[in-house]
Amino acid sequence: MIGLRIEDLSHAYDGLTVVDRVNLDVGEGEIVCLVGPSGCGKSTTLRLAAGLEPVQRGRVTIGDTVVATATFSVAPERRRLGLVFQDYALFPHLTVFENVAFGLAALAPAEQRQRALAALDQVRMATQSTLYPHELSGGQQQRIALARALAPRPSVMLLDEPFSNLDFQLRRQVWEDTLGVLRRAGTPTLLVTHDPHEAMKMGDRVAVMERGRITQFARPSEIYGRPASASIARFFGETTTLTGTVRGGQVATPFNAFPVESYPDGTEVEIVIRPEALHLNIGHAAHERCEFNTPTLDASVVEARHLGPYSLVHFRVNDDATVLVARVPGVVAPRVGTALRVHLDRTAAFVFPRDEKLSA
Amino acid sequence: MVAGSEGVDGSQRSGGGWTVPPFATAIVVAAPILAVVGIALLPGEAVWYHLATTVLPAYALNTLTLLVGVGVGVLAIGTITAWLVTMCEFPGRRAFEWALLLPMAIPAYVVAFVYTGMLEYAGPVQSGLRAWFGWSTARDYWFPDIRTVGGAIAVMTLVLYPYVYLLARAAFTEQSVGQIEVARTLGRGGLRTFVTVALPLARPALVAGTTLALLEALNDFGTVDYFAVNTFTRGTFNVWLGMNNLAGAAQIAVALVAVVLALIALERAARGRRRFRAAHGTYRSLPRYTLSPARQGAAFVACALPVALGFLVPAATLAEDTVGDLGGAFDRGFVRLALNSLGLALVAAALATAVALFLAYAPRVRQTRPLAAALRIAGIGYAMPGAVLAIGVLIPFGWFDNRLDAALRSLFGVSSGLLLSGTVAALIFAYVVRFLAVALGSVDASFTKVPIGIDHAARTLGATPRQALVRVGLPLVRPSLLAAALLVFVDVMKELPMTLILRPFNFNTLATRTYEYAGGEQLAQAAPLALAIVLVGIIPVIMLSRAIAAARPGQRRA
Repeated sequence: MIGLRIEDLSHAYDGLTVVDRVNLDVGEGEIVCLVGPSGCGKSTTLRLAAGLEPVQRGRVTIGDTVVATATFSVAPERRRLGLVFQDYALFPHLTVFENVAFGLAALAPAEQRQRALAALDQVRMATQSTLYPHELSGGQQQRIALARALAPRPSVMLLDEPFSNLDFQLRRQVWEDTLGVLRRAGTPTLLVTHDPHEAMKMGDRVAVMERGRITQFARPSEIYGRPASASIARFFGETTTLTGTVRGGQVATPFNAFPVESYPDGTEVEIVIRPEALHLNIGHAAHERCEFNTPTLDASVVEARHLGPYSLVHFRVNDDATVLVARVPGVVAPRVGTALRVHLDRTAAFVFPRDEKLSA
Repeated sequence: MVAGSEGVDGSQRSGGGWTVPPFATAIVVAAPILAVVGIALLPGEAVWYHLATTVLPAYALNTLTLLVGVGVGVLAIGTITAWLVTMCEFPGRRAFEWALLLPMAIPAYVVAFVYTGMLEYAGPVQSGLRAWFGWSTARDYWFPDIRTVGGAIAVMTLVLYPYVYLLARAAFTEQSVGQIEVARTLGRGGLRTFVTVALPLARPALVAGTTLALLEALNDFGTVDYFAVNTFTRGTFNVWLGMNNLAGAAQIAVALVAVVLALIALERAARGRRRFRAAHGTYRSLPRYTLSPARQGAAFVACALPVALGFLVPAATLAEDTVGDLGGAFDRGFVRLALNSLGLALVAAALATAVALFLAYAPRVRQTRPLAAALRIAGIGYAMPGAVLAIGVLIPFGWFDNRLDAALRSLFGVSSGLLLSGTVAALIFAYVVRFLAVALGSVDASFTKVPIGIDHAARTLGATPRQALVRVGLPLVRPSLLAAALLVFVDVMKELPMTLILRPFNFNTLATRTYEYAGGEQLAQAAPLALAIVLVGIIPVIMLSRAIAAARPGQRRA
């Protein structure tokens, strides 16, 4: 049993392909995040799943029912889905209660009332049921939109950038709340976002979309720990990139030769390094740490910035021109020119061929 | 109108029922114009050559003269008054902001006959001059004849300049304060700023306003007929009503259509890539020039003259004549005429609004390029002069009646006579075709303020397109429906040329009776009827001025 399945879905506007052979599935009770930079086609994918755009190629299945192919389409109102819009799209002329009861028109009035109030209760908004949307804060509006979508007990929930209109502080709280509500409802959910942090936080699985294609679809830890491409690695966190050419199974880097077994000689590669892969010993060179399989090198500080829970230290290895960035917990503010010892944790450094097309 | 075929069994493309009917509507609306062109190009009656060698050159010259004259006139008055009330401070400025719209309330033909009565040989003006200077006959002095092309230009300029004023005013207020301030800090005076910065920026709005005014001038029949100025519009009437020659009328109408299309093409070219701005946006108040007392006086006069000549004098004259003979008006069937006008206007307004609602909502269900084209076609009636549309309605309706009559005769031996032609149905159809764009503009503007996500939310919550319209769309655009209906209502009340051609035999409205009285030099009898039309015509002026007031900073948007 699946919640939502998208197979071989393609879509073009005026001959420009925006969704390219997308395959995606959301399991029973699962939350899948579709993440990518703006304009990558993720919102179009969601609109195709909802039936708000006609499918040109491919197939959309909800539960056991095929709802859209290129020649056949179930109207959105018959797909039993709950859609939460970026701007919430609350009905301005209806109260909170009437908004939430909107999708329950087929039920008897008493049941409508009970179901709507139950949905409002879930999002802790039952006491505001007589207010109008414009009288609510952004966070409250988001909760009403969520309650309205959940009230008819949809087969699948689709959320289109549901947090992007909230400020940073509020967003963290709403993440938690929304996650709780969706988990309790147990409805399979596809959440579209441009924020990689949000995707990792909310998703049981994350589908990365770039230029209309799904380039990786896996659990968050796997996407972070084993990104499928340099661009995915960069998308999910700060990185430093080194470039080089493979010679005898190795690439020359400031960290001496870097073994790259899987690429033939002459391949142009880039090595994408996460800040936490670089371990620094500042000031004293006494402790040579041996648990890493790279040598410890001398370096000097170029710049240091303190960013709350951690600090970023920019440094240069030996006399190499490349400036690398390391993340160090706490307040670390060495002066420019301070000598460092540094080593690289290769498990957080990823090697990709330089031609993006080969890795995609 | 609303077909119920949308995805009922879930196997159809959703919104199928919202795609075909708009095309049907577009075709129906375009039918009169196509009919005119079709008949005119049919080789049947070789009127073309005859027309071209006899009347057409004169018609063309008069039409061109009229257009150039009215164009220059409305552009000058509209632009100058708009600049004065937006950029200068002088006594009465706030009042002039809306008072300058008042001449819109009076149909040109009413202004024409009021001034004719006033300025003719026996009228109060010439009588007064003769008494003052001791002249005794017309040979003693020269006085301009109003029943000329020049007179028609003056009359139309007076009632049509508000189109330019309205759009120019909106353009001047929308202009960046910064650009004007920069020009001033760079040492440019008020006039030079106006000429070098404000005018070029406002050019698209000025062109659009002038085009609207000129389309109205082409639509006018009452004035040119009353003044016996042979334009294409009057020619169309002459050939149909006078010579009963439909093909000939259609051929002159085609010349009229060509002029209209040329005007629209000119407007498009002048507008360039800039999009037309609606007259009501959010207005910021600009820092205004303080004028010297002498200049304040000049500004006051410049704004007061158009209002006085275009509204106050004609309205006061009508009111005076009406008060003098109120009982007589009722004896002459005022109530009957008013009810006829009201009935027509109400039905046409309701129909046009309903069709507009449907057309404005259809692209929200499924937007396609052909649909967008269909909507543009549906709005084309407004650009077409009433005479063209009236002839265009006669052709298909007459064809249908003749076919039906022939079929019934051959099958059952009975005659249906003329079922649709010459009935109120034909008239209302023509009104809806012509004024659909007015209603569509109002409803469409309102829909664009409703995010499409609202519709989609309703759909995903289980509402069909029709239910989404009823439960969400309608409540949100309701005020605009009323506005749309009101605008169409007023336009129908004032409408003359189509009503004259298409009305049933012996059926009169306020407008047609006013025209008949005026044509028979019974100006006093026409006054109460004309005054009723003017009073109704003030409604949109009030709506516009309220929109302007509501959009001012510090005021709640309406």
